[in-house]
Amino acid sequence: MVQRVAARTLDRRIRISKAMVALCGVALVLALVPLFAILYSLVQKGLRWWNLDFFTQTPQFPSLLDPNQIGGISNAIIGSLVIDGVAALFAIPIGVVAGLFLAESASKFARALRTTAEIMTGLPSILLGIFAYQMIVIGFDEWGIKLPGIGFSAIAGSFAIGILMIPIIMKAAETALRGVPVTIREAGLALGARRGVIARRVVIPTALPGLVTAVLLAFSRAVGETAPILWVIGASTVVSWNPRKEMASMPLQIFQSATSPYLSLREEAWGIALLLVVVVLVINLGSRLFAAWLQRERR
Amino acid sequence: MSEVPTSPPLAMSNPLLTGEPKRFSVKSDLAHWGVLYGASGLFALICAVFLISIVVSSIPAWRHSGLSIIYGRVWSQGSNSFGALPIIAGTLATTAIALFFAIPIGIGAALAIVHVLPDRLRIVLSSLVELLAAVPSVVYGLWGLLVLAPWFENTVEPGLARITGSKFPFQAPPEGVSLLLAGCVLFIMILPMIVALSRDAISVVPHEQFEGALSVGATKWQVVRKVVLPGARTGVVGAVTLATARALGETVAVAMVIGLNPLFPSSLFSTASTLASTIALQFQDATPLQVAALGALALILMAMTAIVNWFGRRLISASAFRAGVV
Repeated sequence: MVQRVAARTLDRRIRISKAMVALCGVALVLALVPLFAILYSLVQKGLRWWNLDFFTQTPQFPSLLDPNQIGGISNAIIGSLVIDGVAALFAIPIGVVAGLFLAESASKFARALRTTAEIMTGLPSILLGIFAYQMIVIGFDEWGIKLPGIGFSAIAGSFAIGILMIPIIMKAAETALRGVPVTIREAGLALGARRGVIARRVVIPTALPGLVTAVLLAFSRAVGETAPILWVIGASTVVSWNPRKEMASMPLQIFQSATSPYLSLREEAWGIALLLVVVVLVINLGSRLFAAWLQRERR
Repeated sequence: MSEVPTSPPLAMSNPLLTGEPKRFSVKSDLAHWGVLYGASGLFALICAVFLISIVVSSIPAWRHSGLSIIYGRVWSQGSNSFGALPIIAGTLATTAIALFFAIPIGIGAALAIVHVLPDRLRIVLSSLVELLAAVPSVVYGLWGLLVLAPWFENTVEPGLARITGSKFPFQAPPEGVSLLLAGCVLFIMILPMIVALSRDAISVVPHEQFEGALSVGATKWQVVRKVVLPGARTGVVGAVTLATARALGETVAVAMVIGLNPLFPSSLFSTASTLASTIALQFQDATPLQVAALGALALILMAMTAIVNWFGRRLISASAFRAGVV
């Protein structure tokens, strides 16, 4: 009886199954179409902007007489370097050490901190732009506490980007540090080493591949962030290495060029976008490959 | 990949430290814990100041308009009228459009990656999806504005209007830059996250269960529907929840393709605005009172994303956390 029912429905069941499996395949193709479409547009429209002037000149405002005179983006490249470099400078130590704390402590504070970090990673980055604007650009003056603002500057951008990086590094570093076998730490303790010594000499070196991946992934995310720096870095058109000065940055430049009324600037945005995507993907892929390589070397 | 098996925290699993962990560990290595607490405390302090700063910056706006910021229907910066309801509606509408496409396609793609593809292709396609997650949002915005918008204006939206007879919600002239376009760009942006996280959830359903169901005569799709999806439900729902939080807060890409129109969206083809894009585009030229109003929007946005995110994190276990995707 059961077999007869099963046989009667078998045809239909197989047909439905095949159709659904095919639909899943279609979904996968649909998911990949945008990737190739974006990469195609980037290469096709962006690559022709890559010449010496693009990398070495500063932008010129296109005039009505010569709308194609737009110069290069050296200011944005250097601005990105300075802003993200300064951000990494303070975010990496804080993030890695706080990650170590999450991995080593089982206290209530550690649990609360982990939840805070998770929520911070999920918050829209534009909120950090407001924060940086309030704290660094215009300063703080409330309840008798007075902190002078330093105006539009690369530091304000670094502040926002750095705070964005810290929780990402923290969580990923925690995962990497937890992967260090407890037996190794216990061996250290049995030899009479202090916790600090074990952390510095045993735990961190063992977890290094994971830590490097953590930091680089956070950095690759930070390089592409536009929202937190929208109005805090001043978008200057001159080259400057001084973090207290106004600066440009690649993602911001893409945003401004893409929404500008000049066709030449809109087209140039593709060149900058291609550069940004190449940088982000190289860091991203590089970090994964590096970690895999380091892990293999160790074996 | 840096996936490594997690072990319980040292203080819990180390027999040397059970008993009186605090006295032993803190006193014996004060400097070590000092540095650890220092960095953690600094981060906690930054988060506290961050929260306070957003709340404080919005106070003048609450004084000016009261709670009508949340339920008011008119947002006009020029006349200092701050009613964010249309903007909240726009935020929810774009997110809903994105989820409408992203849920079936994302879960379908994840199923295909785990249960249809051969092993070698699986690794390649998984990495491709993760690459998509690494592309900065401003690049999606650029692509949406310069490539998708003209296509939507000339082909997609007139086509939809013709098919549906311009009935709600497909009326109004096609504008390219629109609610629909913003929703579609968001869909493309949250898709990698849904695919990657649901793939993780689907692939931990034990293969024995899969094969067991096959062996009693179920077809592949029946196994997926009755065994795999129920087993992976929590993780998949978590993936969708985290993607929702991301879609609610996405800023730059949406700001570029939505047209920033602070009115209730009347059609999928009309321009609209979202909380994050309004903050992004109106902040620069704002008076102090208007900055405060945007601060109030930021507070609403922060509450929305934090709650959704918190739910999602409960559903996705800590080990499934993937740096770079989430």
